[in-house]
Amino acid sequence: MNNPFSLWVYLSATPLLWLTVTLAAWIGADFLALRAHRHPLANPVLMAIIAVALVLVATGTPYPTYFEGAQFVHFMLGPATVAIAIPLVRHRKAISDNLVPLLAALVVGALVAVLSVVLLGELFGLPKDVLMSVAPKSVTAGVAMGISEKVGGIPALTAVVVVTTGIFGAVIVTPLMNMLRITDYAARGFAAGLAAHGIGTARAFNVHPLAGTFAGIALGLNAVVTAFIVPPVVAWLV
Amino acid sequence: MLRALALLLLCQLAGEALSRQFGLPVPGPVVGLVILALGLGLFARSRPGFDEWPIARLSDLLLGSLGLLFVPAGAGVVQQFGILGENGLALVALIALTTIITLLATVGTFIGVKRLMERAGS
Repeated sequence: MNNPFSLWVYLSATPLLWLTVTLAAWIGADFLALRAHRHPLANPVLMAIIAVALVLVATGTPYPTYFEGAQFVHFMLGPATVAIAIPLVRHRKAISDNLVPLLAALVVGALVAVLSVVLLGELFGLPKDVLMSVAPKSVTAGVAMGISEKVGGIPALTAVVVVTTGIFGAVIVTPLMNMLRITDYAARGFAAGLAAHGIGTARAFNVHPLAGTFAGIALGLNAVVTAFIVPPVVAWLV
Repeated sequence: MLRALALLLLCQLAGEALSRQFGLPVPGPVVGLVILALGLGLFARSRPGFDEWPIARLSDLLLGSLGLLFVPAGAGVVQQFGILGENGLALVALIALTTIITLLATVGTFIGVKRLMERAGS
């Protein structure tokens, strides 16, 4: 039999191990979330990230080694975005019935998302490059990092902020909407997707299929609108 | 299922190509989404049993586990917490506060406009 340590040295450098760890962490986290009856605090994305991070820290594995395996999962973000076309087609009547409120909420929500974080960030005394990095925080990671780079932010910081925003939004949206007694799942989902991009959308799909669909629409549209409004807003305010 | 996956990739590829070639501010996968939705939307009116189509089942599978796809990027985030540095606490407070403000503004506008329209219609 080989030395178990040399087996570990071999396996820990393979994409196979890290892809398996990522899937296993997700399956475990999603199982726990289900057992917690999809309680907002039992967010499966957060739990899976903590599990993977603990494994990486405990084994001293560098992130690029991990990502060689995890990239196959990461890659699926693109096709999954395209796949939002299906619920869109499925619920096209609900969308055309809600078209005007949807477009109004898109414009107001996108502006509020960017303006609130830039203005309050200035008030909190954050430095310029940090303000530019947080401005696109409500849009999906890939797009937000591109916007941040364009206006002179730090893309790596933007990634941190975007994932944190997504998780916070996904955790808070259900209790917040319940507290306000909002029962319109189109409106609830749209807010979740606009403020908390894909992670908010994942939460919305767990709550109600119609909420998930409207979250997906908001995610897609907000990526476009925010790409347009961040450059003039930071040029004007920062 | 394989053909459905190829269709998703093809739409994304077309989206990336259009987005890059014409310098659109819209990211490639979002353009791909629009292409697929237009194609299916025109198509589906004459096609019953849409939920059983391979593309519909693949979409349900992907979107049902959407959270999984954020785990790799998220795990990188934890390793980058160093760059949060001295601004960490202010940033967390800022994110929490502005995310709540954004949620409220969006849902409020959606419901407000919807009620205005209903009132105008009745």
